[in-house]
Amino acid sequence: MGNHSDGSPNHSGTVATAGQNEVEKFQDPGLPPHRLRLADTDPVAAKRAERQVAILFGTSVIGTLVFLVAYFAIDLGDDTTIATIRTQNLLLGLGTAFAMLGIGTGIVHWAKALMPDHEVSEERHAIRTEEDRQAAVRIVDDIVEETGIKRRPLIRNTLLGAVALAPLPALAIFGDLGPRPDKALAHTMWAPEGGKLKRLTRDPDGTPIKASDVTIGSAFHVIPEGLNELHEGKLNEKAKAVVLLMRLDPNSLNPSEGRESWSYNGIVAYSKICTHVGCPVALYEQQTHHLLCPCHQSTFDLTQECKVIFGPASRPLPQLPIAVDAEGYLVATSDFREPVGPSYWERDEHERLINS
Amino acid sequence: MSASSTAEAPFVPKTKVGSFTNFVDERVGGSGILREFGRKVFPDHWSFMFGEVALYSFVILLMSGTFLTFFFDPSMAETHYQGSYTPLYNVEMSVAYNSSLNISFDVRGGLFMRQVHHWAALLFVASLGVHMLRVFFTGAFRKPREMNWVVGGVLLILAMAAGFTGYSLPDDLLSGNGLRIIDGVIKSIPVIGTYISFFLFGGEFPGTAIIGRLYVLHILLVPALILLMIVIHLFMVVVHKHTQYPGPGRNDGNVVGYPLGPVYAAKAGGFFFIVFGVLALMAAAFTINPIWNYGPYDPSPVSAGTQPDWYIGFVDGALRLMPGVINNFHFEWIVFGHTLTLNVLLPALVPAGIIFTVLFMYPWIERWVTKDNREHHVLDRPRNAPTRTAIGVAGFTWYCVMWAAAGSDLIATHFHVSLNDVTYWLRTLFFIGPIIAFIVTKRIALALQRKDREIALHGRETGRIVRLPHGEFIEVHAPLDEYKRYKLVGFESPAPLPAQPNEHGVVTRKEKRRAALSRWFFEDRVAPATPAELEAAHSHGHHEAIEAGDEQKSLSH
Repeated sequence: MGNHSDGSPNHSGTVATAGQNEVEKFQDPGLPPHRLRLADTDPVAAKRAERQVAILFGTSVIGTLVFLVAYFAIDLGDDTTIATIRTQNLLLGLGTAFAMLGIGTGIVHWAKALMPDHEVSEERHAIRTEEDRQAAVRIVDDIVEETGIKRRPLIRNTLLGAVALAPLPALAIFGDLGPRPDKALAHTMWAPEGGKLKRLTRDPDGTPIKASDVTIGSAFHVIPEGLNELHEGKLNEKAKAVVLLMRLDPNSLNPSEGRESWSYNGIVAYSKICTHVGCPVALYEQQTHHLLCPCHQSTFDLTQECKVIFGPASRPLPQLPIAVDAEGYLVATSDFREPVGPSYWERDEHERLINS
Repeated sequence: MSASSTAEAPFVPKTKVGSFTNFVDERVGGSGILREFGRKVFPDHWSFMFGEVALYSFVILLMSGTFLTFFFDPSMAETHYQGSYTPLYNVEMSVAYNSSLNISFDVRGGLFMRQVHHWAALLFVASLGVHMLRVFFTGAFRKPREMNWVVGGVLLILAMAAGFTGYSLPDDLLSGNGLRIIDGVIKSIPVIGTYISFFLFGGEFPGTAIIGRLYVLHILLVPALILLMIVIHLFMVVVHKHTQYPGPGRNDGNVVGYPLGPVYAAKAGGFFFIVFGVLALMAAAFTINPIWNYGPYDPSPVSAGTQPDWYIGFVDGALRLMPGVINNFHFEWIVFGHTLTLNVLLPALVPAGIIFTVLFMYPWIERWVTKDNREHHVLDRPRNAPTRTAIGVAGFTWYCVMWAAAGSDLIATHFHVSLNDVTYWLRTLFFIGPIIAFIVTKRIALALQRKDREIALHGRETGRIVRLPHGEFIEVHAPLDEYKRYKLVGFESPAPLPAQPNEHGVVTRKEKRRAALSRWFFEDRVAPATPAELEAAHSHGHHEAIEAGDEQKSLSH
C-alpha cells in the first residue's frame, strides 16, 4: 500500500514522549453541515414514509387480533396435548411480537424518516458551583451549631452508643431461621435401629436387593429401607443416604486395611453424594470402573476405593459397609464411617466422633 | 405531559385537555419540569442502546413476573400432580413444582408468560453486561461518572441474584441440583459455613423452607433494590447529562444530539416495544427451561449435560476447573481439627472476587495513574486507549474461559474430544488466555491508531492507479474533509507521567509505583496527527501514500 519512492525518513512515527500537548492541534471544525433526507425534500418520499408507518401500526393491530383469537379459540380442556399448548404458545407469542414490533418499528421509522433530524448542541453546566458549595457549608455549619452537638459531647456520645447497639436485636431476631447444625450432618439413615441392620433397597420403589440379583458389571441406585415410609424430612434423609451399588470382579477391588469386610463377593456400596459440592455422582463407567459426577466432572476410581482421579473433588466417596442377612438380602452393617457429601468446617471433628 | 403543550392560555384554558393539564400544572408545577426536560439533548449512538435494553427488559420482567405470582405457590409441601401433563400424572412433587406445571399447561398464556419472563431475565443480565463493557471500553466511567459505574456494578450483582433466586423457584430437578451446589459452596465457608447453610435452608438441605424464602427475595427484596438502583442510576444520568462520542463539534463542554421531544423520546419509546416484541418472538419460538422434562426435585438423580443459566456459568466453570488433587497434593486441609476445603472455596470466591473488585476499583485506579482530575464527557474510541482496552479484553477473556468451562462436558461431547483434555486446555487458558488477549488487543489497538494517522495524513485509498511519466505506478489517495479528519485526530494520547515529589520534596514509594504503572499504561503510544505533520505530508509531495506503520519505530519508548 505504501509508496517507497519518497525515500524520506519515517514520517508516520509519533512525536516523542513528552511535550506532545504543546504541539499545535487540529482545530475543531464544528458540527458538519446538516444533510437533508429524501423525505425532507421530496413530498412523494415523505408520503411514502407516512404510508409505511401506518402499515406498521396496522401490523400491530393484526398481531393483537391474532393473540385474542389464539387465546379464546384454542381451548385447554382436560384432554389437551402438548401439541395444542405449543400451538397456542406460538400463536400468542407471534401475536404479541407483531403487536409490539408493529408499534415499535412504526414509531422508530416515524422518528427517523419524518421527524426533524437536526442535531443540536447544548452547553453543559458545572455539576457544582463554588457559590453553591460555600452556601452549603454555611448551612451545614448553622445546622451543627443549632443542634449544639459539638458543645454537648455527652449527648453525642450517648447517642452514638445507643445507635451502635440498636441494630443488635435486628440481627438476633433472625436466630430462628434455622436450627443449630449440631451433629446432624454426621449421621445418615443407614445407622442400625434397635440392632436391626438396614436393608439396601432400590431407588425409588424401595424393594430390597438380593445379593444374587447383583451380577458382575451391574449397578443399582440404592436407598435405605424405610425411607419411603418417612413422613417428615424424607428428602433431607434421601439427600444424605443415597448410595450406588456395583459389583466388580472381587480381584479388582483393593480394599485397604480394615475395609476387607465392607464388601460382599465383589459387591461394593458407595455414597452417591459427591464430596465436591454434593451433586449425585450418577454416571458409572462399567468398563473403566470409574464413577463420574455430571455436574463438575469429578471422577472416582472404584478399584482404588473411589479415590479422586480427576476433577475438583478432593476426597474419596465414603464407602458403606455391607453384608448379607439370613434371607440373602444386602444390608448395611453400620452407618457410613465418615460424614457424606461436601466438606464443611466441622467435618473432621464429626469424623473423629464417628470413629471414636 | 404530552398534552400540556396545548395549554397555552395561562389562566383561562380553552380546551378540556387544556383545563385538565392546567389543573395539574397549577398543583405540581409541570411546566417547569417540561421546560427543563422537554427539549433536553441526548446524544445518539447505537451503542447507547444496551442500557435501554436492560431497562426495558426489567420493565417486562416486572410485568410478566407479576402475572406469574398470581398462579405460583411457593410451598414445598408434598402433593400429587393431577394436571393435564400426563407423563407426570400422580407423581409426588412439591406444591411449587406443581403450580409451575399448572402455569405451563393449564393457565392459558401461562407458558408464554413463563418463557417471556425467563428470556427477559437472560436478556436483562446480558444487556447489563454488554452495557458495562461499552461503558468500560469507551472510558465513560471517568469523572464525574465513577459513582454511577459503581451503581451499575451493584445492579449487575443484583441482576444475577434476581436471576438465581428465580431460577430456583420451580423446584424442578435442575434447579434443585443448582441449589445443592450452592449449599455445597456455602458449607465450604470456614467457621460459619455450616451455620449459614442451616439458617438459609431452615435446617438440613433441602428442607421445606428454601423456596418460600427465595420467593420473598425474588419478588420483593431484590427487585425493590434493583428499582432503587435504577432510579439512582437514571438520576445521575440526568445530572451528568449523557456522554458523547468524539467528533467535530463535540467537546467536554457541550452535548450534541437530538432533543428529547420528539425524536429521542420517540426512538427510545418505540424501542421499548421492539425489545418487548423480540422477547415475545423468542418466547413464542424457542423453548426455555422446559421444567416438565426435568421432573420434580429428588436428591438422587441428575441429568448429564446440565447447565446453569448463563450468568452463573463463570462461577460454575471455575468450580469445574479447580483440581481437587494435584499429584498427591490435596486442596482440602485439616487445620487445627477443622476442615478447610480450598478446592471449593477458592474457585467459588476468588475469580468472582477479583473480577468485581477490579471492576469497582478501576475508575479510581486509572484516575490515580493518570492524575487526571478533569471531567470527561467525550468518550474514548477504544483504540485510543490501548492499555485500558487491552485490560478490558483480558478480563473479558478470563471470564469467557471460565464461562466456557461451565460447558466443558458439552464441548467434549459435541466435538468428540476428551473431557479431560478440554479441562486441561481450559486450565491452561485460565492463566495464559488473559495475557495473550492483553498483548494481542494492545497491538491491534495501536495498529488501528496508526491506520488512523495514515488516513488522516494521507487520505483514503481511492483504488485509482495512476502511471506517472517516468513509469512509476501510484495509487491516488483522496484527502479527507476536515470533519472526517477531525474525528481521527481529535483525541488525547497521554504520555507516561514521571514520579513527582510531594510538598516535602520527597518522591514517595507510592508515587514511584504510580509512575511505573503510568509507564506501563502509556509507554506504547501513538500520538494524534498534527497540522504540522499534515503540512509536511503534503509538501513531501505528490504522493499521499507514505509508509504507514514503520512498526516499532513509530512507537515511542
